[in-house]
Amino acid sequence: MSNGYHIVVCGSIVPDPLQTLEPIETPAGPALKNEMLLPAVLDPWAGHALYEAANLAAHAPGSKVWLVSLGVKAKLQQVMMTIAQKVSFELVPIDGPAGGFTDAHAAAALLAEAIQGIAGLDRSRLLLFGGWESASRGAGVTMQLIGERLGILDQFQGVDQLTVQPDGSFEVLERIEGGRHQVSRCQGAPALFGWATGNLPEPRNNPQIGMANMRAIMPALQRAKSAAPAAESLRYRSASPPKQQRQTRIVKNLAADEIAQEIVAWIEKA
Amino acid sequence: MTPVGPDPAATTDRQQMDVDIACVGFGPAMGGFLTTLSRELLNPDGSPKLESSCMPGGPLQVICYERADGLGFGVSGAVTRGRGIRRSFPELDLSQIPMATAVKKEKLVYLLDPTGASNRSFALRAADKVIRTLGSLIGCRENALELPLIPSFLQKHDGFVLSLGQFNQWVGEQLTSSGLLQIWPGTPVSAPLIEERAVKGIRLADQGVALDGTPQDGFMPGMDIRAALTVVGDGPVGAVGRGIDAKFGMPAGHHYSEWALGMKMVIELPENSGLETGTVLHTFGFPEPGIFGFLYVHPDRLASVGIFIPSWFRSPVRTAYRYLQHFILHPYLWRHLRGGTLKSWGAKSLQESGRRGEPYLAGDGYARIGEGSGSTNVLSGSGVDEAWTTGTQLAEAVIELLQQKMPFTRRNLEESYVRRRRASWVDRESRVAADSRNGFPQGLISGLFGMALAGFTGGRVVIPPPTSRKIGSSLEERFGARIPPAELQKLKDEAAGRSLPLHDQIMNRCGWPEIPFDGKLLVSHQDALLTGGSVQAPPGYANHVSFLRPDVCKNCEPKLCVEMCSGQAISRGESGVPQFDREKCIYCGACLWNCRAEESGEPANVDFGAGAGGLHSTLN
Repeated sequence: MSNGYHIVVCGSIVPDPLQTLEPIETPAGPALKNEMLLPAVLDPWAGHALYEAANLAAHAPGSKVWLVSLGVKAKLQQVMMTIAQKVSFELVPIDGPAGGFTDAHAAAALLAEAIQGIAGLDRSRLLLFGGWESASRGAGVTMQLIGERLGILDQFQGVDQLTVQPDGSFEVLERIEGGRHQVSRCQGAPALFGWATGNLPEPRNNPQIGMANMRAIMPALQRAKSAAPAAESLRYRSASPPKQQRQTRIVKNLAADEIAQEIVAWIEKA
Repeated sequence: MTPVGPDPAATTDRQQMDVDIACVGFGPAMGGFLTTLSRELLNPDGSPKLESSCMPGGPLQVICYERADGLGFGVSGAVTRGRGIRRSFPELDLSQIPMATAVKKEKLVYLLDPTGASNRSFALRAADKVIRTLGSLIGCRENALELPLIPSFLQKHDGFVLSLGQFNQWVGEQLTSSGLLQIWPGTPVSAPLIEERAVKGIRLADQGVALDGTPQDGFMPGMDIRAALTVVGDGPVGAVGRGIDAKFGMPAGHHYSEWALGMKMVIELPENSGLETGTVLHTFGFPEPGIFGFLYVHPDRLASVGIFIPSWFRSPVRTAYRYLQHFILHPYLWRHLRGGTLKSWGAKSLQESGRRGEPYLAGDGYARIGEGSGSTNVLSGSGVDEAWTTGTQLAEAVIELLQQKMPFTRRNLEESYVRRRRASWVDRESRVAADSRNGFPQGLISGLFGMALAGFTGGRVVIPPPTSRKIGSSLEERFGARIPPAELQKLKDEAAGRSLPLHDQIMNRCGWPEIPFDGKLLVSHQDALLTGGSVQAPPGYANHVSFLRPDVCKNCEPKLCVEMCSGQAISRGESGVPQFDREKCIYCGACLWNCRAEESGEPANVDFGAGAGGLHSTLN
């Protein structure tokens, strides 16, 4: 494609999943305890989508990547310092809650509205990327809902590979049950891709990319509009973390069978 | 060009970027520097106040690289008087900084040994007996004696309690939101760029390399960031500061002779803990006489609890983690902490040589600030505010030089930055403190006496400095009287056979009780690595710890680098050479100063380079 793609990546931020997360009840509904104290990261699923978008854009001259992200502004800023050295993109921030208890419909409405507001976005070249699942919105329907609101009919979920064919059409590998992939084809843009993990490693930090990105990201953050996702449609009866009992032993190069035997023995003993 | 080894990118293009000021390490010193500088970058109409020389007509190009994956991943429970911080933020509202609060209650507490296992001198045992005999008459309860007075030089009653991670994050947010300068975490800097006698910038760490540094697929040579001024604030174990030391040496009579490992936990207190927000406890006497401890109570039922293990604590058994658990279990503290939950954990090396460890503060093209510049006051036990203040002093000097269009030469920086520093309270108080700890290598009582002597005489009368730089006794010297030689040898052989450190077996044998793990607060060392902040080691970077001369390590016993390693990242290798696992390394740097090669006058056998990753916790 001579003019390249307009790739919009929906990628929100989540509290670093490596931290101990503890749901609490607040007057406004469930929330994470001390959420503002916790480090935030780009949702790992969305991260894969962003790296795939940057890779596709690099191979299609004239392409451009936007990252549309919903989160508390201070946390968005923090996350940008981590990812903005990796790939080139333009940030479209939405200053709002990202604690993981937002209704997927309400989040999708905000994200779709932000995408529609992107100046110069050519819908005929639009590829909408995002995470198939989300580390915080496990319903896994946000991307589908955004696509429906934007009228994008070609949707693929659990995508691991997107290959542009010589005629400009796409071949898509989607995850299906049994650890296999379904191979699909579509004509081209506009289309929506909910990414699984893809095949790309995390890009290296490149200071020049970072410096160029940040010149636009900081002004964008300063202009970020505050938005509160509507909450009427969703009520939580309760929220609790999975019960866990940690007993760690770090051993390397142990055969899978031995690991399995040890776990079985531990479960039987517990 | 640099004091580093062969360049793996010799046959590959190494990119280069020009900025005006390149900064290394984002801690309180750099926070002070960038906060002060950022306020002078733009005129009210938005035009550049200080113009860039590398981007003519544009604003000053300032960039800062931080090794850790986040700006808030620093480790230090801090209580500080905050004189310099308050000068930068006259309207400081502590409620805006998570986990910050004013000091409300401060106590200095001597902890007796409730276990009978600690290594106390005859004099100390006699003193303990007297204290126990007098008991409640002198206020001794829960195996502890709250001292009626805190020496003025130790008091922090007008200060505040901080989580350094949260404070750094708060400062970083203010700075980056302005868009005037850039701070990049997750970007280790491998070395200074030195041409002839001038620092010309920094080199970022190579990416896409194997653990031994050899290029692999996706190899990306670390970029050279060239700058008129390099601001070095990468702390006491940072690769740039140490690279500059290696090239230019230290001023006569100055050396990094004293260190400590600070290890802490952030604990969510039980609801009925009885501890008031803003409470500050300083302790000494337990778990060993040479180990100092602290407890600071933050808002929202969080507390920082930790210990310091100094380099003059010569025991070859120096597991900070287990000692920290015994500290928490002391009855005086446990009555408050029982039922608490571990929220975070971490450790760092502290450069405790104070003024005697001050390197050259400035040279052609560079200036040094913060802990790595010897700013920590070893008498008051204060470092954060001093570090912050040195950063502000450098910023004021840089602004002055830029306004006068003067280059960043050694002479200009000495007349602007160093002159300011010498005239400040930081330097004045560091002179008082310079020899205050000389007594500790002889024991706790002489150490405390030396501190009091220096503190109350304004540093005019001090105990002479120790002549030996020995960092560790042998096992036989330390434990020969308690453990028969044959049994000691058996313990050593067992530990070597299982590639384990010795400390647990020795401590058990000496009567230290087993830790009653509860899965919440008292957890295994490995569980703390995962629950207390989670250690990360991003792929594509080389090992940042290596052992230079294998023969030296093979013959070294006891291996203090193994015993002291905060994350159990260094273990006994089969050949006798320690093994390093960067997936457990929390970048505390203890291995660097626990190498016994230095005792015999050899250079340290541990190479500690620029590493990515480490702890992921902002609570520390």
